[in-house]
Amino acid sequence: MHIHKYEKWWLSFGAAMLVAFLVIVGVSAFHNGTHPNNSKWTINYEKVDEIAPFNQPGVHKVEGKDWDYEVVLVASAFSYNPMNIEIPVGSKVKFIATTKDVIHGFEVAGTNINMMLEPGYVSEYVTTADKVGEFLIVCNEYCGAGHAMMYSKLMVVNSNDSSNH
Amino acid sequence: MTAVITKDKKVTHNNKGNSKVISSTKVDRKDAKLALAHIMVAFIALFVGGLCGLLQVLVRSGQFKLPFGIGYYQVLTVHGVLLGLILTTYFILGFQTAAVSRTAGALSNKQRKTGWVGFWIMTIGMLAAATMVLLNEASVLYTFYAPLQAHWIYYLGLTLVVVGSWIVGLAQSLRYIQWRKENKGQTSPLLSFMVVVNNLMWFVATLGVAAEVLFQLLPWSLGFIERIDVLLTRTLFWYFGHALVYFWLLPAYMVWYAIVPKIVGGKIFSDALARLSFMLFLLFSIPVGVHHQLTEPGIDGFWKFVQVVLTFFVVIPSLLTAFSMFATFELRGRELGAKGVFGWFKNLPWNDVRFLLPFIGMVAFIPGGAGGLVNASYQMNQLIHNTIWVTGHFHLTVATTVVLTFFGTAYWLIPHLTGRKLTKKMNNLGIVSGILWSVGMVIMSGAMHIAGLFGAPRRSEYSTYGGSEQATEWISYQVAQAVGGTILFIAILFIIGIVVNLLWFAPKGEEEFPIAEVAEGAEKTPALLENFKVWGVILVALILIAYTIPLIDIVQNSPLGSKGYKFW
Repeated sequence: MHIHKYEKWWLSFGAAMLVAFLVIVGVSAFHNGTHPNNSKWTINYEKVDEIAPFNQPGVHKVEGKDWDYEVVLVASAFSYNPMNIEIPVGSKVKFIATTKDVIHGFEVAGTNINMMLEPGYVSEYVTTADKVGEFLIVCNEYCGAGHAMMYSKLMVVNSNDSSNH
Repeated sequence: MTAVITKDKKVTHNNKGNSKVISSTKVDRKDAKLALAHIMVAFIALFVGGLCGLLQVLVRSGQFKLPFGIGYYQVLTVHGVLLGLILTTYFILGFQTAAVSRTAGALSNKQRKTGWVGFWIMTIGMLAAATMVLLNEASVLYTFYAPLQAHWIYYLGLTLVVVGSWIVGLAQSLRYIQWRKENKGQTSPLLSFMVVVNNLMWFVATLGVAAEVLFQLLPWSLGFIERIDVLLTRTLFWYFGHALVYFWLLPAYMVWYAIVPKIVGGKIFSDALARLSFMLFLLFSIPVGVHHQLTEPGIDGFWKFVQVVLTFFVVIPSLLTAFSMFATFELRGRELGAKGVFGWFKNLPWNDVRFLLPFIGMVAFIPGGAGGLVNASYQMNQLIHNTIWVTGHFHLTVATTVVLTFFGTAYWLIPHLTGRKLTKKMNNLGIVSGILWSVGMVIMSGAMHIAGLFGAPRRSEYSTYGGSEQATEWISYQVAQAVGGTILFIAILFIIGIVVNLLWFAPKGEEEFPIAEVAEGAEKTPALLENFKVWGVILVALILIAYTIPLIDIVQNSPLGSKGYKFW
C-alpha cells in the first residue's frame, strides 16, 4: 500500500510522540513507583467497624514503616469518619480507606490524592503532604441523594513537634 | 480505478431486476422511512435531554431550585440516558441505514423488516426505562453502577435498547454481505464497509454490558440472587463503555472521510487509509476499558498500564484521519487556485452548513483528543478522575465533535429522505445553530475543564461543602457553565426548528446525498483491509490479552458481594 511521503513523516512523528509519552508514564510508574491506588486488600464491607484498622478511624502516628502517619478513613452514605484530619507538613502519609455501603470517592481537591472506594475493597495511597493549608475532601462518585453533602477536611499544619522529623 | 464509480454501476445493475426504478444516488423510499423513524426519535431525545441539561447547569449555579420535588440526579439520569445513549444510538442507526441503502443499494424486504423489528424493540425498551426514571425508581445515572440498585424494568429496558440496536445493525450488515456476494472480488462501497466495522465493534463491545446486566444486575434486582461482585460489574461495564465512545465517533468519521470531501468539491485522499483507520479503531476500541478504572482497587497496576498503552494506540488512526482531512481540503483549495502555504484555507465553503458544522467538530477534536490523552495517562488521571474536567472533556468530544457532525449531516439527510430541499434560509439558520453551539460549548466546557483542575467533582448537585474556601472558588465557574449551557439550549431550539422545517415544511425537491469519489492516482485498496476474519482474530486476541488475567484476578480475589441500595 502506497503512503504519501508527508503522511509517513506525520505518522513517524506521531508514533515517536506516542513512544515518548508511554516511556515517561511507564518509567514514572514502574521505576519511581508513582502508581495510582492498586490495592488488592479485600474486606467484609458489612463488618468494617469491627475489623482493624477500621475499628479505629483517625490519624495514627506509626514507627518503622516507610511512612510517618496512617490516615484510616471509613466512608458511608453520606459522610466520612473522621470529619477532620490533621497532619504536619512534610510528613509521609498513607491513606487507608474503605466504604460500608455503596461506592464513594475519596478526593482531596486539587491534589493527586484521588481513589475510588468500593464495597469489599480497601483503597490505599501513599503521599507526602508538602503544602500547608486546608484541603477539602469530597465524594466524587455519585452515591445517592446526599452525595454533594459528603465531605471532610484535611489540614496540613506547621508542626511544632519537630523532634521526630 | 475508483471504487465508488464501479460501485454505482453495480447498484444500477442490481436494481434492473426490480420492477421499481431506483436511482443509485438516492436512498430507497422505504428505507428512508426506517432511517427517518430513527432520526426523529434522536431529535426528540435531543430536546428533552437538552432541557434536562439546562436544568442541571441552572441548579449548579446555585441560583435555581428544581420544582415539584424533582431530584437533581433524576434529571441527570434523564440527561445522560437521552443524550448519551438514545440521541446517539438512534441517529447513528438512522444514518447508517441511509448510508447502506445509498451506497450498497436498497435493503431487501426481509432486511428492512428486520430493521423495523429492531427499531420497535429499542423503542419499547427506551419507554420502559424512561418510565422507571420518571417514577424515581432508577436514579442511578446512565452508567448504573452497582450496588445502587434500580428497578429491574430499568435494566431490562436498556437491555432491549441494546438488543434492538443489534438487530438494526444486523439488517445493515446483511445488505453489505449481499453486496459482497453479488460483486465478488471488488472493493465494497466505503460507507457500507465503515458501517459494518462500526456495527461489529458495537456488537463485540456490548457483549460486556450484556453479560453485566443479564447475569448480574437483572437477577440481582429481581431478587434471584442476593449479592453481586461490584468490581466485576464495573469491569464488564467499562469493557463496553469506552467502545461506546468510538461507536459515537466512527459515524462522524464516516461523514468526514466519505461525505465532506464531496461537499467541498474534492476527492477522498485515500480509500485504503480510510479503511485502515477504521480497522485500527476496531482493534483499539475494546481492550482499553480499564483506563476508566485507574484509581480503583482490585486491579493490578501492570494490567492497568497494559491497557493504557493500548489506549494510546488510538493516536495512530486519529492522526491518519487528521492528515487525510486536511490533505483533501488543501488539494481542493489549490485546485481552486489558492496560493501560498495556507491560501487554500480561504477557498473552503465556509457558508455551507454541511461543511461548517463537521469542520467545527474536527477542530473541537484537537483539544478533545489532547484532554483524552491526559485522562488516560495513568498517574495524571488521579488529578482529574471524576472531576468535572471529565464532563468538560466529553462535552468537547461527543457533544461537539460528534453531534455537530451529526447536525451538519441531518440538515441534508433529512430533506434527502423526505424529498425536500435545504433552503438558503435554513442553511443560514443552521450556521447560526452551529456558531451558538460552539460559543456555548467553549464557555461551558472551558469552565468545566478549569473547575475540574481545581477539584470540583462531576455528577454533584450545588453544594458549598460546609463553606469550604476551595468550593467557593468553583462557584463562579459553575455560573459560567450555566451561561454556556443556556446558550447551548438556545442552539437546540434553533436545531429543533430547522429539523421540523426539513421534516414537514421545506419546499419539495431533491437534496443530494453527497458521496465522494476516491482521488485519481490513489492506489487500489488491498483486499486484506476487507478481510474481517483476519481483523476479527486480532481483535479477539487483543481482548484476551488485555482482559483474561485481570478478570481471573477479580473473580478469584472477590470479597463478599454487595446487596442493593436505594439511596435516592
